[in-house]
Amino acid sequence: MLSYLQRLGRTGLDVAAGFGRAGILLAQAVWGPIDWRYGPGLLLRQLHFVGVYSLIIIVVSGVLIGMVLALQGYTVLVRFGAESALGQMVSLTLLRELGPVVAALLFAGRAGSALTAEIGLMKTTEQLAAMEMIGVDPLRRVARPRLLAGIIAMPILAQVFNMVAILGAVGVGVSWLGVDAGSFWSNMQQSVELGEDVMNGVIKAFAFGVVVTWIAVFEGFDAEPTPEGISTATTRTVVYSSLAVLAMDFLLTAIMFGVD
Amino acid sequence: MSTNCVELRGLTFSRGQRVILDSLDIDIPRGKITAILGPSGCGKTTLLRLIGSQLRPDQGSILFEGTDISRLRRQELFVLRERMGMLFQSGALFTDLSVFENVAFPLRLHTDLPESMIRDLVLIKLHAVGLRGARDLMPAELSGGMSRRAALARAIILDPELIMYDEPFVGQDPIFAGVLRDLIKRINEAMGCTCIIVSHDIAETVSISDYMYVLSEGRIIGQGAPDAVMNSDDARVRQFLQGLPDGPVPFHYPAPDYRSDLQLEEM
Repeated sequence: MLSYLQRLGRTGLDVAAGFGRAGILLAQAVWGPIDWRYGPGLLLRQLHFVGVYSLIIIVVSGVLIGMVLALQGYTVLVRFGAESALGQMVSLTLLRELGPVVAALLFAGRAGSALTAEIGLMKTTEQLAAMEMIGVDPLRRVARPRLLAGIIAMPILAQVFNMVAILGAVGVGVSWLGVDAGSFWSNMQQSVELGEDVMNGVIKAFAFGVVVTWIAVFEGFDAEPTPEGISTATTRTVVYSSLAVLAMDFLLTAIMFGVD
Repeated sequence: MSTNCVELRGLTFSRGQRVILDSLDIDIPRGKITAILGPSGCGKTTLLRLIGSQLRPDQGSILFEGTDISRLRRQELFVLRERMGMLFQSGALFTDLSVFENVAFPLRLHTDLPESMIRDLVLIKLHAVGLRGARDLMPAELSGGMSRRAALARAIILDPELIMYDEPFVGQDPIFAGVLRDLIKRINEAMGCTCIIVSHDIAETVSISDYMYVLSEGRIIGQGAPDAVMNSDDARVRQFLQGLPDGPVPFHYPAPDYRSDLQLEEM
């Protein structure tokens, strides 16, 4: 019983220490003057790395999810003769929930794991230590551009996801199942509000971008410099950021759309 | 002004319960090559990390040219480290940059030199380590010896006052070890910089060092000019220098009694 309590206490302390280290990393990476010596090249390269390289998985998944959504929505709505509301259902589901959440989960799997593995390997091969000894702060040169790139790329990726998913839904709903194109688009136009639906989705995606990239970069820096350590850190990035995205989604949904 | 570039006083460092370095006093004379020898795991690399202030000591002070670096703030340390160079055991070249860009990296960040001058300086250093022709190769295309030489060119590009070598001869064939040994000596003579070599490669290190420290279990067990240390009467120093498997440094990791561990007493 005592050893169980001891283990519980130790785990609690480790978790608290982990949060502390992550907070310090974020503060040290973000705080301080912009270092113009690094130029915009670093940020652009990272935007390409986390943004452009994630496009394929985001687009393919978006199309497929849009198609499934239209098919499922149609089978339910057609029973009530309300298939013309398919555009409304698909767009609200995507903009408010599925777009930001699924894009963030895919982003964690594609870009987050790659960030952790890259930084972890830089640590293992002493590249981060070498950078420090050259007089360059790795938190500013390695962590900062990656954090910024993730935070910028995530909302854009979520909107790309939404767009292609709606096109996928049009393909199935309008072209295949025969929903009237006019009522599909006009229903969507009438029900979607720029502030409540589109902007709230963007805010969610932004928040997910911060959390996923923060976890990914922290796990890379915090990884044990061994092959096993990097594999554990990469797994942790995907697991922790997925759970964080889902928990935050509930919280944000409650704040944004909660019942008064 | 002290004749020492680095002075360690009462330096203690531990990881968890394990004391890695125990109350060390070490002087690194300016402009000389000082070797720190000792068996694997005796805290040699930790010592270099402490001098580079990548680790903070539990107790004691580390003076670099009169400044106690263990009290400096993070950003002050980055400025101070421009005066130090370090050759890592693995070379630690940036894998996304070519050999040329790796060597040019400190110049691009710490100076406003025009591109033509950066090019000349990089080629001069690469020529000194024999890799002028390899400037466009990526680190993955280099052999172990070549990447360590490229890393050496990067470590000396800002003409540092102090260069630290972490196990420079490990994993090198005799030719590359000889090349590296001569390079370290030539760089020390030509630039007049202070050098610290951490190694357990006795023959190569003794031949170029001016002063030696022998570490074991976090303490200094011998020091002096290479000849004096090589002729030391201390049993621990002799065991290390002559490579004897057992002696004051035990062959066995601490364990319970062998007979009782095999449960022979009950039979």
